[in-house]
This record gives sequence, C-alpha cells and structure tokens, in this order.
Amino acid sequence: MNKSCIYILLIFLLSSCLDSNRFDEKSDKRGKIKIDGSSTVFPITEAVAEEFNKIYPRIRVSVGLSGTGGGFKKFSRGEIDISNASRPIKDTEIESSKKNNIDFVDLIAAYDGLSVVVNPKNTWVDYLTVAELKKIWEPEAQGKIMRWNQIRPEWPDEEIHLYGAGVESGTYDYFTEAIVGKSHSSRGDFTASEDDNVLVQGISTDKLALGFFGFAYFEENRDKLKLVPIDDETEDNGQGPILPSVETVMNKTYAPLARPLFIYVSSESVKREDVRIFVNYYLDNTKTLAREVGYIALTPKDTEEDKKRFFDFCLKYSNIKADSLENERKSN
Amino acid sequence: MSNATRINRIKDRAFKYIGLFCTLFGIIVLAIFLIDILIKGIGRIDWAFLSSLPSRIPERAGILTAFVGTIWILILTAIIAIPIGISAGIYLEEYGKKSRMANLLEINISNLAGIPSIIYGLLGLEIFVRIMHLGNSLIAGALTLSLLILPIIIVATREAIKTVPKSIKEASFGMGATKWQTIRQITLPAAAGGILTGIILAISRAIGETAPLIVIGALAYVPFTPESPMDEFSVLPMQIFNWISRPQKGFAINAAAAIIILLAITFVMNGIAVYLRNRWQKKIRW
Repeated sequence: MNKSCIYILLIFLLSSCLDSNRFDEKSDKRGKIKIDGSSTVFPITEAVAEEFNKIYPRIRVSVGLSGTGGGFKKFSRGEIDISNASRPIKDTEIESSKKNNIDFVDLIAAYDGLSVVVNPKNTWVDYLTVAELKKIWEPEAQGKIMRWNQIRPEWPDEEIHLYGAGVESGTYDYFTEAIVGKSHSSRGDFTASEDDNVLVQGISTDKLALGFFGFAYFEENRDKLKLVPIDDETEDNGQGPILPSVETVMNKTYAPLARPLFIYVSSESVKREDVRIFVNYYLDNTKTLAREVGYIALTPKDTEEDKKRFFDFCLKYSNIKADSLENERKSN
Repeated sequence: MSNATRINRIKDRAFKYIGLFCTLFGIIVLAIFLIDILIKGIGRIDWAFLSSLPSRIPERAGILTAFVGTIWILILTAIIAIPIGISAGIYLEEYGKKSRMANLLEINISNLAGIPSIIYGLLGLEIFVRIMHLGNSLIAGALTLSLLILPIIIVATREAIKTVPKSIKEASFGMGATKWQTIRQITLPAAAGGILTGIILAISRAIGETAPLIVIGALAYVPFTPESPMDEFSVLPMQIFNWISRPQKGFAINAAAAIIILLAITFVMNGIAVYLRNRWQKKIRW
C-alpha cells in the first residue's frame, strides 16, 4: 500500500516538474481567461488560444465544451468571460444576463456551410430546393414522407433514410430554423447523433440516405459522400442550385444554410486588459485559423465590422479612453 | 442406452457449447475493440504525445494536461472517498443495529450505487461548484467523483468484513479486547485485501467517468497543468470525447492513443488490486 502510494506520488511530481520550465519569459502580461460553450465553435477558439499562448504565455486561456446552452448559462451568471455559441443568444438568456448586470457583444468567429449530403451511389438527386427540404423535414412529414418519389415523382420508389444532428445541438436548431422556419421543430423519425462522424458513417454506407452536418465533416470525407446543391429559389443571392464551398459561403450565396458561429464577450470582462488583448487577437487571426480547423473565414468587411463593434463595446464598458484603447489594439 | 438418456446427453452437450459461446461472446467483442484501438493508436504514442499540450494540429497535440488532470483526480478522489467509505462500511457492519432505520440506509446505499453518473454531476454542480463556490476546480471534480464511488467502497468494505469468521472476533472479545481493538487488530487486517480490491476497482471507475465532469465544467482545452486543487482541469475521458467528434482523421488516431493510455492506467490499477488481494490472502492464517 505504502509503496504504491509513493509511486503514484512520484509519477505525479515528475509530471508537474516537466511542465514548470515550459514557459519562458516572452511576455509578462498575466491573466486568466475562461471560455466555455459550443463544441462546434470549440476548434476555432482552441486554435486561437493555442497561438495566443505562444505570444502571451502567462495569460491562461481555458476552453470548455458544455454546449451553447450550457455556455450561456454560465455566461449569464458571470462565471465565464467569453461564450462560444453556434446560434444567437435567446431572449430568456438575455434576460438572465441582465439580472446579473451583464451586457454582451456578439462577434462572428467564422462561418460554416451546413452541408446536405447523400450516398455517392445515389444517382437521382441533382439538387434540392428549400421547399423540398422543408417537405422532408417538417413535423407533419413524420410517417408520411417516407419514399424518394414523394419528393419528386421521377425519383425512384424507394425508402428515404434521414440522418441529422442531435436535437440538443445548435446545428439542429439552425437547420430547423432555416428550413422548417421554426427553431427546434422537425419530424422525429430520423437517425440523430450528436457526433457528426456517426452521421458520416451512416450516410456513406446507406444508398437511400439523406442527411446534413457541418462542412468540415464533408470535406474530410469527400470520397465517401455526395454533396447536394441547394436552391433557395430567390434570385438576389445567386441563381439556381448552389453547392456549399469556401466561396459560396463567404459571399453568402449559399443561403440559407451558411451559418455564422459566434463568440459572446461579457461587459464585465472587457474591463480587464487580458480579455481585450485576447479578443483583439482573436479577431485578427480567425481568418487563417478558422480555415485550418475546417471552417470558413470571414470576409475582410465582416472582420472590420466585428472589430468596430468590439471597440465600441470596450469604450462603453471599460472606462478607458478611445485613444488608449486604439493604442492597445495596435500594439497587439 | 435408452432414448431419453441420449436426448439428455445431447442437451447436456448443447448447453456446454451454448455456455462456452456466451462466455466467449463478451471476450471476443472486447478483443475486437482492443485490437482495433491498438492498431489505430499504438503508433501514435511517444514521449511527445505524453508531454505536449492540446493543439488544433492532430500530429502536434498531446495529452499532458489531461493525463496530469487524471492523476490529480485519482489521488484527490482516493483521499476523500477511502476514509469516509471504509468508516461508513465498518459502522454499518459492526455497530449499526438491525433496525428499520438500518434497513432503510442499506436499501438507499444499494440504490445509490445504481444511479446514473450524470445525476451525481448535477448534484456536484449545485453543491460543490455553486453553493460551496469551488468553481470548476479539481477539488469540485474529486468531491463529485467521491460521491459517485462511495457506495461501491461501502458495499465492498461490508462484504469484506462479512468474510471474517465470527469465531475469530469472538476469540478476541474473549481475550478482553474492546470492540474497537477487535476491529482494528483483527477484523480490518483480515478484511484488508477485499477492501483494497473494492477501493481500487471503484477508483478505476472514477477515472473513466466523463458525464459528471462535463456537467461540473471540466474543460477540454487547458494549456497548463494544474498546480493546486483549486485549479481548472481536464481529464483523459474529456480529451477523448473531444477528439472523437472532430472531423479530421488525425484526431481519431489521437483518441485511440489516448484510449490506450487510459486503458493502461485502468489495467495497472486492476493489476495492483489482484496483487494486493493475493498477498493479503497468503498473509492471513488462523
């Protein structure tokens, strides 16, 4: 018993020694930034935090995965500085933030193109309109729209198997809002999974499958899936069916399934220098980092807008004059 | 040989093979899983993997913070749960009167062992994280997991004490020893092997838990190893959970490698349990 205790302690001591020399003195700025929320946004924030850590080794940024809803809950209690979100904040969440005197600014971190995919052996689907997708996914379709030829008569008289994001995810909320017209409302008889890799697996082995998930999951599995162009039947954002791609998501012609991913910054936290430095760094660097982890970067125009809104937000809550804020941003 | 006997013989043999199949079924499934994980992950494990921080680039990512977090959780949970669990077990077995109250306690403890772990997470979130203001710290995680494994330790302690022959205890009383002296010098040493086995199995379970820790707010990206029980932390199951759902193939390999490390820790713990049990069994002679 004693021996094993000592061994465990030794392992533990060794591993903590290893780490203590890790940080050299590149920058003396200290701080502790807490981030939590959506697992969809997590990879972007993780990437930014990783690079940030190299320049500011003493500002400790930690990122959690409690989901968009869980993140906002902590955000409204003032437990975290920044909330990752794959959907906009809800009214009830705004109310509980207000109760704790917390205001927020929503900044777009990147875009994602929700991709509608079928099996490569599916030869008949050339494109889908938003109206057709609605017909497939709306709650009334449950138990009724079960065959491909019910969507278009010339398609085969075979079963349709649906795959989609789990109902607790922001992806599901966004898809239902964009397609059915009401967030969190769809038929229930589809294969749902919180883990998009499971959906990829399902669709790639099922000839009669139709499903949706984030663009990155399609990109990594191109050879196993077939992307479906989407036509929203409005002329002003690109004519005809459009495939999601870096370009069509960026220029917003891939509507309505190009979705923004957000970070929400707390009004209490921008009073601190470390948080301001981090968010400015975030906005400067998501362009390259978002693409690296599979998302689609903002246009320079969107980025400028984000920066301006964050600047105004800091001005309002940090009690620091505009010119010193400007200097802080430039020295970043 | 009569017909009936022949049929009985066939039934007998058939049952033997069905039984063998059932036994092998679980083992084969486990073996397939282990082989799959080993093939995917073993090549990824090297010193850099063990000593690097998490990263967006799969080849550069490591499990340092998650590994150290798991060790912290393991030690803290043991420190909290063992004394409480053993004491409660001794009380219930040796002091507790057989009354309606004792029955109620007993049923509750057995029920506690069957509660889904996420419920313990919610309990921990409310009591330790919010009311006691411990935040999403190591100590809050360890306290939550201690609650989770307390019933297991209590039940193991009681079972181990039950195996100590009554005659030995009575002999001790006959020599004029008090109850506490008997427990300390006779009962506990005799039951120690069983108790230790129970403890180690309980702690192995604790380090594999993800759900309660997600609820209390264990993190997935922590670029520093915790230095005190009040620090934020990540654990191996969190890291695996995060990696497994990422689109890039490299992360699936990382997840497999991290699973191997977690399995290795569990195997070592179970190995210690078996070793201790054998050693104690040899030592006890009466």
